[in-house]
Formats: sequence, C-alpha cells, structure tokens
Amino acid sequence: MTVLSDDRSAGAETWTPVCRVEQIPVGGGVAALLDDGVQVAVLRTDDGELHGLSNIDPFSGAAVLARGIVGDIGGVPVVASPIYKQNFDLRTGRCLDDPDVGIATYPVRVVDGTVHVGVR
Amino acid sequence: MSRTLVVAGHGMVAHRLVEALRSDDVDGTWRVVVFGEETRPAYDRVVLTSYVDTWDADALVLPGAEYAGDELVDLVLGDPVESIDRDAKRVTTRSGRVQDYDALVLATGSRPFVPPVEGKDLPGVFVYRTIEDLDDIRAAVERARQRRGRPAAAVVGGGLLGLEAAKALRDMGLSPHVVEMAPRLMPLQVDDGGGGLLNRLITDLDVTVHTGTSTSAIAQDGDRLQARLGNGTELDVDLLVFSAGVRPRDDLGRQAGLELGERGGVLTDETCRTSDPDIFAVGECASVAGRVYGLVAPGYSMAEVAAATLLGREASFPGADTSTKLKLMGVDVASFGDAHAATEGSLEVVFNDAVNGSYKKLVVSDDATTLLGGVLVGDASEYNLLRSLVGGELPADPAALIGPAGGGGDAVGVEALSDDAQICSCNAVTKGAINAAIHDDGCDSVGAIKSCTRAGTSCGSCVPMLGKLLAAGGIEQSTALCEHFTQSRAELFEIVRATRITTFSELIAKHGTGTGCAVCKPAVASILATLGNGHVLGGEQATLQDTNDRFLANMQRNGTYSVVPRVPGGEITPDKLIVLGEVAKEFGLYTKITGGQRVDLFGATVDQLPQIWRRLVDAGFESGHAYGKALRTVKSCVGTTWCRYGQQDSVGLAVELELRYRGLRSPHKLKSGVSGCQRECAEARSKDFGIIATEHGWNLYVGGNGGAVPRHADLLVSGVDTDELVRIIDRFLMFYVRTADRLQRTAAWLDELDGGLDHLYAVVVEDSLGICDELEAAMAEHVANYEDEWKGVLEDPEKLARFTSFVNAPGAPDPTIAFETERDQPVPVMLGVPEVVSR
Ligand SMILES: Cc1cc2nc3c(=O)[nH]c(=O)nc-3n(C[C@H](O)[C@H](O)[C@H](O)COP(=O)(O)OP(=O)(O)OC[C@H]3O[C@@H](n4cnc5c(N)ncnc54)[C@H](O)[C@@H]3O)c2cc1C
Ligand code: SF4
Repeated sequence: MTVLSDDRSAGAETWTPVCRVEQIPVGGGVAALLDDGVQVAVLRTDDGELHGLSNIDPFSGAAVLARGIVGDIGGVPVVASPIYKQNFDLRTGRCLDDPDVGIATYPVRVVDGTVHVGVR
Repeated sequence: MSRTLVVAGHGMVAHRLVEALRSDDVDGTWRVVVFGEETRPAYDRVVLTSYVDTWDADALVLPGAEYAGDELVDLVLGDPVESIDRDAKRVTTRSGRVQDYDALVLATGSRPFVPPVEGKDLPGVFVYRTIEDLDDIRAAVERARQRRGRPAAAVVGGGLLGLEAAKALRDMGLSPHVVEMAPRLMPLQVDDGGGGLLNRLITDLDVTVHTGTSTSAIAQDGDRLQARLGNGTELDVDLLVFSAGVRPRDDLGRQAGLELGERGGVLTDETCRTSDPDIFAVGECASVAGRVYGLVAPGYSMAEVAAATLLGREASFPGADTSTKLKLMGVDVASFGDAHAATEGSLEVVFNDAVNGSYKKLVVSDDATTLLGGVLVGDASEYNLLRSLVGGELPADPAALIGPAGGGGDAVGVEALSDDAQICSCNAVTKGAINAAIHDDGCDSVGAIKSCTRAGTSCGSCVPMLGKLLAAGGIEQSTALCEHFTQSRAELFEIVRATRITTFSELIAKHGTGTGCAVCKPAVASILATLGNGHVLGGEQATLQDTNDRFLANMQRNGTYSVVPRVPGGEITPDKLIVLGEVAKEFGLYTKITGGQRVDLFGATVDQLPQIWRRLVDAGFESGHAYGKALRTVKSCVGTTWCRYGQQDSVGLAVELELRYRGLRSPHKLKSGVSGCQRECAEARSKDFGIIATEHGWNLYVGGNGGAVPRHADLLVSGVDTDELVRIIDRFLMFYVRTADRLQRTAAWLDELDGGLDHLYAVVVEDSLGICDELEAAMAEHVANYEDEWKGVLEDPEKLARFTSFVNAPGAPDPTIAFETERDQPVPVMLGVPEVVSR
C-alpha cells in the first residue's frame, strides 16, 4: 500500500487515526469526525493516493463531500460534490468550476495500514 | 396613435398573420381586433383527425393563439363578421357589434363542399371541418352503437379530406365505405398507377372503396340512411360524411362588392391586397392572382406577406409549392411538382413494387436532365429530398433515385441541392436560409437551427436533412460522453454489450483515457446495470454511482435523504399505509405525497437508512427507485374498478407494468401513467410512455414530458390488447435505453431521432431493423433477474457497513444536521458554516 506523506503533512501537530486503508473504497471516500467537531473527507483515487479535504460542500453547506465521485478533470484529481456537482482539486481544495472558492485540506498518512488525519 | 386592424376569421392562417404582425410591429403601430366564428381560438386543423385519439381539444391548440398578455390584440370568439361597410370602413358582427377599421383582413377559410344531392340535409349527414363536426359525428356513432352494435358509415369523397374522414371513422371502430367520383383515390395527388396501389392498401385496412361513381341520392330508412350510388349500389348506413373538397368562404367579399376570382375566392394581387386597397384576403378564402390554395403552407406565406405589407415593407406572394405528403392510416402518399406530367414532352420513370406495396414515379424534362415532379405511394421516405430537387438538374440517373437499391436519400447528398431548394416545406425554409443560420448565426445543432429558422418545427420530416446540412457545413456535433470517452453513450452501450466488459476500470482502460469523472462513471454504471451486472452497489460499481444511487435514496439539500418505497400503480392497503406512518413517526421523518402517487419520507441520515428499510422490507415494501435513472412510477386512475366512465382496468395494467419494468436502469428517469378513458385523469400523455384505455383496447403514447419543457406524448399504436401493448412497450423501452444519450429523456430522444415517430414506429412495430426479438429478449432477461436493491443491501454486511456517517465514530450523529418544526413537521435548518478559503 502506498504511504502518502507529502510536504503538507510536515507541519501537522496532532494525528487522529480514523480507519483501515481498505475501509476506504477506491474511487470513493469516507468521512471522519475529529475531536473538535471538524469533519474531514478522506478520499482515495484510483491509483491509491489518499487525500483529506473538508467534508463540507461550500456551495450548499452540507457535510457531503466524502460521498462524492472521485476522478480527474484534465488530469487533476478531483471529487465532485454530490449536491451541485462542482469539482474540487483533491490536492489543493480549489474549486475547478469557481476559482474564487476553495476548501481546507488536511494531511493524511498511513501507518501500519491505519489511516491518520492531521491537524495543524 | 395606433391604427386598427380588423381580422375576420380566426383559423390557422389568421393566427399566423396576427403572430407575424405582432412580432414585427415593435412600436405597436397596429391594434388588432379579431372576430372568429368558432367558439375556440384557432387550432391545428391539419391534424383534426387526431382528435379522435383523445377527444381532447387541448391537443390541437396552436401555441399563443389566445394572445394572453398582449394588450394590443382583442380576440372575440363566437361572433362572426356579417357585413362590411367599405365607405365607412367598419364591420358589423352577428351580435351587432360595430367595429371601425383602418385595414381589414379576410381570413374566413373554406366551407366543405356538399354536392346538391337529394337528402343532403337529413339528420345523420355530416361534414368534416371543425372540432364540433367531429363531436357531432362521434355522438351519432355512439347513438347508432347503442341501437345496433356496430354502426355502418359512408364517406363521400376519396381525396385527401375524404380519406381523413374515413380514418377518423375507422379510429372510432367502424369500417367505412368511401365513394369517389374519379376513377381512383386522391385523384389530384396521384396518377392511376399510384391510385391502384393506394386503393389496395386502403382496402386492406377494412375500408370499402367505390371509385368512378357518385352519390345520387340519400333517403331516410327508419333510423338509418340509404345512400344510392350512380352505379346502382345501395349502401345502408347509420351516418354519412361529406368530405369532398372545399369552397372558399368569399360571401363577405362578394356582398361588399370586392372582385372575386374566376373559381371563387376574394381576388387579390401578389401582396394579398383585394380590389379595395384597405382590405386584404389570406388563406383558403383568397384567390391570389386568380389561384385558390387548399393547403396551410401557402396560407402561412400569404399571412406573412400581408403582415409585412401592413407594416409598410415590400413583400409578395411567391406562388406556392402544392406538394403534399401524408400518412393516411399508415399509408404514405406524396406528390410534388408536376405530378401528372402536364409539361410538354415530359418523360416518366416508374418503379412499381407490388409485392412490397411501393409505387414511385418521377416526371423529368424531355432531355431527362431536370426533375419536374413525382408521385410516391407506400413509401415516401425520399419525398423531402426529391421535392427539393424539383426544377434543378438531376444529380443522378432518375431510375437510381427511386430504384430499390439505395434510394434518393443515399444516391444524392444535400450538397447536390441548390440554395433555393426548400428543405422545410411547412415553414418555407430554403437550404440557403439554413446554411446562413449555420455559418452566419453560428447555429451548431439541429435544435439551434430549429429555433433560429423554424425549419423542422412542424411535421419534422426534414430534421434528418438539417443534420446532414450541419455535417456538410463541417460542423461536427460532438457526441463524446466527456473528456474520458470520445464515444457517445449509445456507442458505449454497444461496446459493453458486444465485449461483455463488466467493470468501469476495464472499459476506461481499453476504450477511454484518464480515471473518469462524475459524468462518465454514473453513465457507465447505468449501462452496466441495464445489462445485468449484479447489484448496483456490488464491488467496484458502488463508487461509480451518482449521489442518489450511492445510498439508494435521494440526497436532499442538507445531506440527509428521502425514502420512497414502491407503491405500484398508487394502490396501497391501509395496513401498509399505517406502516409508513409508523416508520415516519419513529424516525422523525417529514412526510409528503408525491406527484407519482406514493409517499416520500424526508430527513433520514445515512445511518438511519438501513434501519428504516429493515422495517419497510419486513412489511412487504421494496425500493421505489426514486433515486435512480430508472422506472419511477406508473400512475393510474381507478378505471373500470370504480369509475363510471372507465373503459378498461387501468389500475390492474399500471400495477402489471410497474412490476414489469421496476428496476430497469435507463439513460434518464422513466415515468408512466395509465388512464381508464379519454378523460385522462392519470395524465398519461405527460409521461415517457402513457396508456389510455378506449373501448377497443389500449392506446400507447410515447415521448411525453412534464417539467420545464412540457411535451404531449405522441400516439404510437391504438386499440391494442394487453399482450401486444406490453410487447411494444418492451421494445420501445429497450430501444430507447440502447440508443439515447446520457440524461436524455424520451421526449428529447424522440425529437432528435432521425425519422422521428415514423422511424420509431417502423423499428418497434414493423421491426424494420429486425431487432425486435433481441429487444424483447433483453427485456425478458431484465424481468427475470429483477431483485429488490434494498433487500440486497440488508442481506450483505459489507454493503451495510457503508451506511455510516463517520468511519471513525459509527453511530455518532452528524453535528451539521438539525431540524426545526414547520406546520407540525420537521424541516432542515442549515448549521454547517462553509469553510471557504479565498484564494
Ligand atoms: C381534415 C383536414 C385535414 C387537412 N390536412 C391538411 C394537410 O395535411 N396539409 C395541409 O397543408 N392542409 C391540410 N388541411 C387544410 C388546412 O387545414 C387549411 O388549409 C387551413 O386550415 C386553412 O386555414 P385558414 O385560416 O385559411 O382557414 P380555416 O382554418 O378554415 O379558418 C377560417 C376560420 O374563419 C372562420 N370564419 C369564417 N367566416 C367567418 C366570418 N365571417 N367571420 C369570422 N370568422 C369566420 C371559420 O369558422 C374558421 O374558424 C386539412 C384540412 C382538414 C379539414
Ligand atoms: S380517466 Fe376515465 S376512467 Fe379514469 S378516472 Fe378519469 S374518467 Fe374515470
């Protein structure tokens, strides 16, 4: 299993274990509830990379991004909001359909098959 | 100060005139007062006969004919103009209303011609021109039916209008006689060869044809009629319809001293102006430069000429193409140009295929280089192309154009046509005008051409040629599904079907690029589901599914779901209704009755869905697929079970159909309805496939739609029994599922289908492509393999495990979801503060 730990994880202070890697479907995601009530969507691309994004869709205010479809638009890995279908860049949180909108990203790492989400 | 235009008559042509004037008169220089004799606004008389299918006059409505909201148009109905005072420039109506005018347009149409036969005024003798005429005929048929079961009827006239009347009678379940004085049917349109075939085809349809003889007298015989023909035949009938041509209604003009044409009609010049410069005449009552026209297209062009003249622009009537194409009782008849080879020295090329019931004749110039006209009977599919070639140089040997191999459509391309060739004859749009729309106005789709030029918006038979002109203009209409697949949905369907690929990853690896997106993943998931690849949430399929399919429920704006169990035909027992109430109470759900006759329970969280469904499945409910691009509901009225008017068991059929097609995944949602009689309480004609009962069986309508672009469904077959009905719906649905684009409802699909309704009929009723067996087999497989999706989830722990809000805290409620109470029920409150990061 790929261990994703890019630069973004470097500054993380606390890591929360959320699930086993195999609990996250390829091309799909799960939602994790952190201690402070923050919801993170952990999404898994077809080539096995994991990404953490805020679970809240900024256009509707609903906590649903973990239930979106994961794919790519012009090679950029994205998740599509299940409510109004805007695509969000999994790496940066930027909205592809409205460049003024973006959402928070969270570092994700895998330790011994367990997925952890980091908060700075 | 605006001037006043008075219009006498509100038929099809008057309506087009008012429409044209009002759309061009931006400064409102004319105020329009229309007086109509009929009590309803102008309607589509050309399709009068289809009124028998539904007995719903609304189906004939011409859009905008009430001028609602237009303060400059006054429409006065049921009050005909009775006289014109040309000196005072005013008209007087039957009710005594006096109206001054600055200009007057006569658009009074025609009256049916009734020959001076003894007994022509007897009760039981009718004419055929208005909705009321048809209502009267229907009443007479009903009365006779009560007296003696199967009534008999005769139509006098074997031309276009006579055969229309015969069709109406046949659609009412009668086997009419048709009496025609000329030696063949449709003498004006076809020659003897075509007439012979036509006679045979019409006789096959249970119509008795008497040609070469007239009706010499009609006599009362008890409560029936006896019609004596010139050849000695006596016909005992319950009713008789005169439909033997028309005569212009020129009495107003005659009485006002206007000049008349030699053969009747108010004489006008090429601008449609009569001998009084302030009075115009348009439509069937006009004799433009001495010629009267009995078709709607020339009338429309007169209306446009008169409107332009009234606005001070130059316009003149270009003469008209009297070509006609019709489908009478399923038989194609077309004639165009010099159909009777009246041109000196003209030559005829005839192709007569008695076996397949097809007769084609082309008339060409003496040197065989120019097409002059022609006749097509039985198969008129090349009509549009051939007609537009008239007057131009022939692109190929005339025999090749109508011969069995290829046929006109393939032998010559649209490139061969000249710029002034008319592509759409209903709206007089030339190839030049369409090309201008494509190249100058940037129209890049058939839809854009339609709205820009009106071409293809009436009978639709030129739509395939619009597509060819686009292609000829180098405009490629991309059918690519998305950036990951260059293929259209229909092509992908065929690939999956032929290769038996069962996963998205294999399909995209072999036939696409990238990793997929929210467009192609659900589209492929739907194709895989239609072709029977197990549970929609099985294996890799789960993550392909769109929002709602992913959790087999409808996601609402706050991320919660609504739950809709299936209630086939809208029929539900009190016990089941109580279960729905109990479940709603227990889980705190908002309840609403849907338009599809079921109950929608709102506000369920992901975690609650399996618990709710456990209760529902135990009580005998199953998934209603409200979340899927699949069959939704088959709505029904109570039909013969309860209703005094019911003709058939509409609920029984609705239940049967809903159970048959439940779970069928399709390009878009599918809705259906069954009404027990023509009163149409189930609104079946607004559905993808709707069924209306008649006393003879079922009428099937397809391609209906509600929503933003409503469309009345078109009649596909009538009077069929339940087995035949189901067989045709099986084929229709499978054909649609295979060939439609992603998210294309049947209405849009049918509008875009090459050849339209005729083609659909050919494929699913006549099996022209030889695929009906295959379509039926595919549906049989679907029916045999149907399983309830929700039951499937409840039985599978792995699928169940996905129904949690938080992977690390199963059972924890989602803190962003909250409700408040409105009208005693819970409704969502949005708490989630969006974390917007501005960049
Ligand atoms: C069954 C049938 C099938 C047809 N099929 C075809 C076809 O396939 N193709 C085709 O091109 N054409 C067809 N036609 C012909 C087509 O319907 C007519 O060409 C067209 O309706 C003519 O329009 P109009 O406005 O001139 O006359 P109409 O539609 O007859 O309208 C005239 C109106 O004026 C009213 N009126 C008369 N006198 C007065 C008065 N003094 N004051 C006020 N109102 C008055 C009449 O009541 C009528 O409502 C068909 C006609 C029928 C009956
Ligand atoms: S459609 Fe006809 S049968 Fe059905 S409820 Fe209405 S009136 Fe009765």
